[in-house]
Formats: sequence, C-alpha cells, structure tokens
Amino acid sequence: MERNITLIALFAALCAVLSTVPQIHLPMGVPITAQSLGVMLCGIVLGAKRGALAVLLYMAVAAMGLPILSGGRGGLAPFVGPTAGFIWGWPVAAFVTGLIMERWRASVAPVALVAAAVGCILVLYPFGIVGLWLHATQSTALPTIAAGMAVFLPGDLIKAGLAALIAQSLFRARPQSLLSRT
Amino acid sequence: MIALTSPIRTPWHRIPPGPKLLALIALTAVAMAVSGPLPLALLLLALLACYTVGGGRFLRHGLAMLRPLLPLVVVLMGWHLILRAPEAGAVMVLRIAVAMGAANLVTMTTRLDAMIALITKVARPLSHLLPPKALALAIALMIRFVPVMAARHLAARDAWRARSARRAGWRVVPPVLLGTLDDADRVAEALRARGGMS
Repeated sequence: MERNITLIALFAALCAVLSTVPQIHLPMGVPITAQSLGVMLCGIVLGAKRGALAVLLYMAVAAMGLPILSGGRGGLAPFVGPTAGFIWGWPVAAFVTGLIMERWRASVAPVALVAAAVGCILVLYPFGIVGLWLHATQSTALPTIAAGMAVFLPGDLIKAGLAALIAQSLFRARPQSLLSRT
Repeated sequence: MIALTSPIRTPWHRIPPGPKLLALIALTAVAMAVSGPLPLALLLLALLACYTVGGGRFLRHGLAMLRPLLPLVVVLMGWHLILRAPEAGAVMVLRIAVAMGAANLVTMTTRLDAMIALITKVARPLSHLLPPKALALAIALMIRFVPVMAARHLAARDAWRARSARRAGWRVVPPVLLGTLDDADRVAEALRARGGMS
C-alpha cells in the first residue's frame, strides 16, 4: 500500500518534471513537448492500474492550480481548452499502454514501442479530436479535424521510440525496475 | 514552486471553491451550447468585467496567464479564414476564450489548500476504494517530490555535460528513473516505519 502510493506520487512528479523540458519546434512549427512521454512512461514502467492512477494524480494536482502542464500551464483552464480532449484521454492512454506491457511478454523494446504508440496515438487521438470538435461549430466536419491531427503524428512517433529506448535501457540496467513486467 | 493563486485579494476569493466550480461547469456548458458569435462576445465582455472587479493589476495578471493560448488562437483563426468560414472561426476562438478565461478566474481566486480540501471531500463516497488519507498523502508526496526530481534531472544533465559536448536528450532519463524507483522504496519503508497507512 505505502509502496504503491509512493510509486504513484513519484511518477506523477516525473510527469510534472518532464513537462518543464523546453518545447522543440518541428519544421512546420508544431511544438513537441515531453508531456506525453511522461504518460507513456507511467504506463510502461508502472503497468495499467498504477500508471493510470499516477496520471490522474498529476492531472488533479495540475487542476488544483500548480503550473505543471507543458509550457508552465496549470489550473482549470487547460481542462476546458481546445486541447482538453488530450488531457482527459491521458489516464486511458496510460492504462492501455500498461495493459499491453503487462500482457504481451515479448522482448521489451518492440513491445514498449507498440504499447506507447497504441496508447498515446490510437487511443489518445480520438479523445483529442472530440475535444477540439466540441469547440468547433457544426460546419467544421469531424474528418477535417482528424486530418489536422496528422501534424502531431511525427512528434508522437518520435516519443514512442524514445519511450521504447528508455524502457530497454531500464530493463538492461535492472530487469525488476519494469514493474509492469513483475 | 508557486501556485497560480493571485496574491491580489478580490471579492471572488471569499466565495468557497464548491460553488465556483459548479458555476464554471455551468458557464462552460452554456458556451458550448451557444453557437452565435454575438452572445459569446457578450459572455466574454461579462467575464472581463468580472476580472476588472479585482482591479487593473489583477486583470493584467489574468491576461498574462492566458497568453500561451495566443499562437493556437491565431492558427485556428487563420485556418478558418483560409476555409472562408470567418464566423465559425470567431465562434471557436470566442468559446475557447470564454471557457479558459472563466477557468483561469477560478484558479486565480482559489487557494491550493481549499482545492485539496474540496478534492478529498468529493472523493469521500469512494472511500472504500480510495481512502481519503491515501489521496491526501499522495498529493502531498507528489508536490514535495517535484523539486526533488527536478534536482535529480538537473544533476544527471550536468554530469552528462561534464563528459560530452553533445546534448543529453533522452539518455539522462533512465538513470533519473532508476534513482526515482530507489527513492520510492526508501520513502515507502520510512512511511511503514512511522506507522504506515493503518
């Protein structure tokens, strides 16, 4: 019990720290933040349940008014803004990522890559698309918004690759550190 | 770490967080339901008036907190102009401004301890799944650990820079994570030694 609470709190803190990593701008001007890398790592390292709880704790503390979302944002405003859909989707994304890590016992790096990509792209994007669509008017069609999401795709694929590299080197250094696999 | 609560006292600070959050939910729902630019603009003006109650400095402070939103608003508006749908673009931008402005006002006028108290109160029906004590402990631990982790990350990055001219990038994350997992074990042990959650 105590161990699970501290693990959840520490990974929520990790998400907060990763969100302070400065943004990188892709050539098209789309910002990449390390924000969703934290969500991926919560699922990959902690597994489904604890990973989702860590992300929920991170969201709760951000909503209470600490500036720990990317770009120093915080408070309630990001939870109703245009990118709010992504934020609400995080715990589900972390859960799915963790579930794949737990159930698919193949070698670490490829499984982590697939888990992060499925969780933070396949599962997360629909949340983000609906979130943006709620702000748009009826005349803006859902497919148009979905196509607009393509600009985030390269960044998220890079991050899934990084998450897999990190998982691999954690496993090499200390196999039992991947708690989703124990 | 500084909370986003404004040090400038306003009448809004005196309203308890529960009613403020309910009003925010209602206002956001209204903003999503209304689809004409004029009523949304009126809503935004009313919201600005609410900020002005706190004085000029409070208003400027509030607008500064919403500035990170500006690039996105410009992109959205530009995209709608290309699509020749300026009205749809205006509605979208106004909705974002109303929802985020109102949420920001609640954040700026509510103290962190009041928010934590509200969350533990709201979570009480879930107490057999999630003990309120555990929730409060997790929140406190996390807030305490953000600066600790940031320091760990900086130390790992400095160590990298001392050895290499290249950027550290993701390579400092695994050692930071391993250290974090060790921290978790030690903190859990210390909590148990002091009586734990029982």
